[in-house]
Amino acid sequence: MHTYPNRRLIRESAHAARIRSIFGTVSVLLVLLLPACQKANPERTITLMTHDSFAVSESVLQQFEQAAGAKVIVLESGDTGAALNKAILTKAAPLADVFYGVDNTFLSRALEEGIFEPYSSPLAESISADFRLDPENRALPVDFGDVCINYDREWFSSQMLAVPQALEDLTLPEYEGLLAVENPYTSSPGLAFLLATVAHFGPEGFADFWKSLKANRAAVVDGWETAYYTNFSASSGKGPQPMVVSYASSPAFEFIYADPPRDEPPTASLTGPGMCFRQIEFAGILAGTPNRALAEKLVDFLLSVPFQEDIPLQMAVYPVNPQAALPEAFLRFAPLPETPAVLAPDEIRAHREEWMEAWKEIMLP
Amino acid sequence: MEGNHVAVTGGKTLRGRLSRVPVKRLLLWMPAVLFIGVFFYTPLAAILRTGIDAARESGWESLPIRRAIDVLGFTVLQAALSTVLTLIVGLPGAYLFARFDFPIKRILRAFTLVPFILPTVVVAAGFEALLGSRGWVNLALMQSGLIEAPIQFLHTLGAILLAHVFYNTSIVLRLVGNAWERLDPRLTAAARVLGAGPWQAFTRITFPLLMPHLLAAAALVFLFDFTSFGVVLILGGPAFSTIEVEIYIQALQALNLPAAALLSILQIACTLTLIVISSRLSERAQAGSGRVGFRAARKPGSIAEKTAVGVLALMLCLLFFLPLAAPAARSFLRTDPAQGARSAVETGWTLDYYRELFHNRRGSAFFATPVEMAGNSLMAAAATAVLALLLGIPAAALLARPNRFDRFLEPFLLLPLGTSAVSLGLGMLLVFSRPPADWIRSPWMIPAAHSLVAFPFVVRGLKPAFAGIPVRLREAAAVLGADPWRIRWTVDIPIVRRAILSSSAFAFAISLGEFGATSIIVRPDFPTMPVGIYRLLSQPGGLNYGQAMAMTTLLMLFCAGVVLAIEQEKAQT
Repeated sequence: MHTYPNRRLIRESAHAARIRSIFGTVSVLLVLLLPACQKANPERTITLMTHDSFAVSESVLQQFEQAAGAKVIVLESGDTGAALNKAILTKAAPLADVFYGVDNTFLSRALEEGIFEPYSSPLAESISADFRLDPENRALPVDFGDVCINYDREWFSSQMLAVPQALEDLTLPEYEGLLAVENPYTSSPGLAFLLATVAHFGPEGFADFWKSLKANRAAVVDGWETAYYTNFSASSGKGPQPMVVSYASSPAFEFIYADPPRDEPPTASLTGPGMCFRQIEFAGILAGTPNRALAEKLVDFLLSVPFQEDIPLQMAVYPVNPQAALPEAFLRFAPLPETPAVLAPDEIRAHREEWMEAWKEIMLP
Repeated sequence: MEGNHVAVTGGKTLRGRLSRVPVKRLLLWMPAVLFIGVFFYTPLAAILRTGIDAARESGWESLPIRRAIDVLGFTVLQAALSTVLTLIVGLPGAYLFARFDFPIKRILRAFTLVPFILPTVVVAAGFEALLGSRGWVNLALMQSGLIEAPIQFLHTLGAILLAHVFYNTSIVLRLVGNAWERLDPRLTAAARVLGAGPWQAFTRITFPLLMPHLLAAAALVFLFDFTSFGVVLILGGPAFSTIEVEIYIQALQALNLPAAALLSILQIACTLTLIVISSRLSERAQAGSGRVGFRAARKPGSIAEKTAVGVLALMLCLLFFLPLAAPAARSFLRTDPAQGARSAVETGWTLDYYRELFHNRRGSAFFATPVEMAGNSLMAAAATAVLALLLGIPAAALLARPNRFDRFLEPFLLLPLGTSAVSLGLGMLLVFSRPPADWIRSPWMIPAAHSLVAFPFVVRGLKPAFAGIPVRLREAAAVLGADPWRIRWTVDIPIVRRAILSSSAFAFAISLGEFGATSIIVRPDFPTMPVGIYRLLSQPGGLNYGQAMAMTTLLMLFCAGVVLAIEQEKAQT
């Protein structure tokens, strides 16, 4: 009997040795590998803080890096609202030199919080005054996109149903249960669509419209991904609703990324008067940057033709620079609405919470 | 029962011996306390202070206290319901894995961890394909004439509960299953010989012995459900809100930091209470765990047993494979019809989506192949597992035979699991963006944030295992001349190695699934697999969707593969 623990110890220590060796190997691997993923820094860097949808072609970015002699570090910081709020929260010790991605629904907050310092870029002069909402040039417009309802073209033609021509039409009985919208509390296109209804029906009238929409069984979901891929019938998700709040540019992407390739996209946008809300995205130099000269170069780059022409296919929005040529798919399948809904940023800032609250009481009682 | 008695008195002498050297004990506590102090309490204090300062300026009366209490009520309710359901599903499964060998056991076991890591958007798509208004179940029911209109599934409380069961059953399967496997079946056999029925033997012998493990699992499941975010947001829909969802909206969308701070404090208070209660209950239930290194799993014998095992395994397969099957099938299947052939749905099998993943069609500067992303995920996960084990093993060993100080410390170390990832992430942003700790852009922040969530898992998983080490073995080793460190290596670690492997599998899964504050802190270009999925899903187009499903499938296989490899060790006992 007395040999029992002894033998056991010998056997167990073999296990221990094995565990030790596994630990050893993993630790050595980690020590070797983790520093390798910190890419070697060239002498100069410039940091761009932006939202998760930011994208750029490698060749375009490289052109800038070579010309400026600096490497661009991109900090993706969540969706539009989250990225801006992080920039505000860290304004005392900014994480980056330039911020790109605040839109007109959040612009007033960004300016009030004083996160930007003014920069009158020479390239901003050719941009339409409709986009230049900050006369002090703290935030410069870079791109814009229209939040519109997309519809399933084949579903409407197979049902021989005419598509809605105005927001009012959405409350008609023939469109019952056909529309998916996003929650403005958790989705930026959801907020934009709510603002379109405020602009169209006025601050007094929009609530009645939403009451009728609710009665007409509009589906409310958390965000664009769910609305588009789970609810919308013309996307690859093949959901139940043939209309969804998305972007005017989405049909162009459905064409470019169709699989198998097709001559025309399965979707189109409803671009009737006042049916779309125009989101304009701005960039600015973060106040207190030690790299002012490079930051100016980076903002100029964002407004320059190479980056502006790269915008549509990378981020599915339109360039503000009138010299930038649009890709063919955008010209054919992503026509801009002629009269999008417009609300002044200050008005949005003053009433956003109140409008959202009213929306919530109706749609999510 | 005698073994139990010996373990208790032995524990006392051991405790007596250790309390004479409190310095050593403090040294053992150092890594965990330092780590959690720096990476959890400092950021948390920073964000709460910012919120409270802002509340002082704007006035306390503007705080949405009524709303907070309503939301808290629902949060507790759904978490409690989800936990009970998860235990109901998980216990028979734990029994199955503990007591029987069957053909696909190891693969099924590995796959039960897969839901844990999947992005909610993908799980929602899987459930929709299965249970949505045009899903398979509803179609079958309507065709058979049982129902006329489809049953609404998405955006109901049922969807939240089912998703929580789907996500968290593996916690019960592993924590309880491991303990059950080590339980000496002769104890129940003896009870049966002495005249107890099977039910009596279960309630009087098995259940009390499993209690500490059950409580540990239930506490973890509850905390996960309590801080649930994506499931409530996406599957529950906008009509439901938990504290975490509310914090997200207040902190990140409305930048109402006072409201976010209030909600965070409420959440922390609840978490602390829960951890204290579960620790107390679990200590009262603490028992010796019988023989060590016993392996009781066997092939099912009688036909009745074979049927029961088959049915149980099939049900687990249905629960875990079916919702995963939809995205996997979709990644090989081209369902978009060719132009003009809308009615005849074309179901072509294709590997195009996988090929496309390796092809930087847009020439994007942030493109990464699945291999690079898997490499990033693997590095972060390995670092998380090592870090969590290094911190967790000493902590669990101490907590297995705690003195008053340890008991006091424990809830504070487990708190990160039940704390808002949004608040914590913002706090990290505040603290780690300036000297003396300007680390926010370092790739090490990712495993550090994951470890905060993995650490409680390691501790909860290892504590009962350490408590179950027969003191006689340690004493025998000491008598034979082994010093304390040698006893640790040669007695403790081999005995708890199963639990260690199981915990590291969780740590891996937690990191692969990008839990916790990482999604909230800013990140430089270090794309992991879930990040890749989100990028693909954020743009329209059939090719993007197909690629997202392909990447999801790769993530599932990758996770199952890693877990299989970790648990391979375990099978070699």
